[in-house]
Amino acid sequence: MFKRIENSATDCTIEVDGKVIPTQAGAPLALALLAAGVSTFRQTAVSGEPRAPLCLMGVCFDCLVQVDGQPNVQACMVRVRDGMRVQLQRGAATVREAA
Amino acid sequence: MATSEFDTVVIGAGAVGSAVAYGLCRAGERVCLLDEGDIAYRASRGNFGLVWVQGKGVGNPDYARWTRASANRWPGFADELATVTGVDVALSQAGGFAICVDEQELQAKADAFESIRRDMGGDYPYEVLTTTQLRTQIPAAGSAVAGAVFCPMDGHVSPLKLLRALFDGVQRQGGQLRTGSSIKRIEPRPDGGFLIHAGTSPIASAKVVLAAGLGNRDLAPQVGLYAPVKPIRGQLLVTERLQSFLRYPTTNVRQTDEGSVQIGPSYEDVGFDDHTTLTEIARMAARALRCFPCLSTANIVRTWGALRVMSPDNFPIYQASSQHPGAFVVTCHSGITLAAQHAGPIAEWIHRGPQPTEIAKFSSERFHVQKD
Repeated sequence: MFKRIENSATDCTIEVDGKVIPTQAGAPLALALLAAGVSTFRQTAVSGEPRAPLCLMGVCFDCLVQVDGQPNVQACMVRVRDGMRVQLQRGAATVREAA
Repeated sequence: MATSEFDTVVIGAGAVGSAVAYGLCRAGERVCLLDEGDIAYRASRGNFGLVWVQGKGVGNPDYARWTRASANRWPGFADELATVTGVDVALSQAGGFAICVDEQELQAKADAFESIRRDMGGDYPYEVLTTTQLRTQIPAAGSAVAGAVFCPMDGHVSPLKLLRALFDGVQRQGGQLRTGSSIKRIEPRPDGGFLIHAGTSPIASAKVVLAAGLGNRDLAPQVGLYAPVKPIRGQLLVTERLQSFLRYPTTNVRQTDEGSVQIGPSYEDVGFDDHTTLTEIARMAARALRCFPCLSTANIVRTWGALRVMSPDNFPIYQASSQHPGAFVVTCHSGITLAAQHAGPIAEWIHRGPQPTEIAKFSSERFHVQKD
């Protein structure tokens, strides 16, 4: 659905639900996911409704994903790093004690 | 008495006023429920949602019994709300825990419970648990605590869904809900009944119920009543939604039906200041972590302060005006726990009397220096 309007060269990879995706380091993670064709970022905790980014500026909290084990990270507010592991959320996060 | 548009105007559409209004509508009265609006302090939107029996009524068995009667009435009340409105208020009464972080705290709790049990003639179920016993019941509980008291009479509910159900129930049963209705004045009419000055034109009614929380202090004298209530602030934190890990409510941490975790409480005598403070937020978070170490990675999404409505002895005030018959004041701290009583026996009393014998001790006459 989305395509980059300039510089589409990729220089790193991230893992999304176990699938390796070539992308651009430093880009907002939400944009990287949209460019990779991810349209449902999560399913809500209460009703299971599908959600995707709405505001892309840190306000709506609809783009929450799990990043390197940390749940409910706003994908629009973090930048892509090489080797980042992303999981799309199904329902609420589980509680877990800090390591 | 002059004709009135309404049988009863209820001033205050929080948990207390809405429950009374709901009960009056059910009894067939023409009811107008007045809500001040978002400028009100709105304790009913800021509370912790407990339907709580344990520890209530130390030195006051009437209050212990009244609270327990409401908890007993709650399952039927919740079912009725679901039937009338379709709203499930998420009531769960599987029992509740007071987790104590040191021996002194646990001993103080055990002593208080023992005194209530004595006052109740032995009929007051609770158990004092060691940390090991606590962790058998609640695996997520931490090991660095002293133990807990468990009381099978306790529970919790969604206070916001309760309000929604009550508003809906009032209106489905023919009552009117008017928001943005600040009260300018209550005028007792010479031939009986009242004119409520709110908004553009006064509202005429045969009876008036003051359920305006902290606003009752100023409204009560206008109809010959006395309600010396004052605010005690409570602060709360709420986490992101989490998978269910805590089935039971505790005095400082509970997980809502939708997964959020509420963390509280504070008790602060700071007047009408409903802000939050870092000191209290940090203290409550630290205690919650000690009770539930698994919360260490949870994100806090919101914190807030709200004002409890406290009478001088912390017990409810239920009073009919002798000077202006038809005027009542209903105010208390525990508007959620007592909602079932307010929609039941309190509404029946206001509808057609007589005063329930159980509330004789809750009249505001107890605060007068000189009693008759």
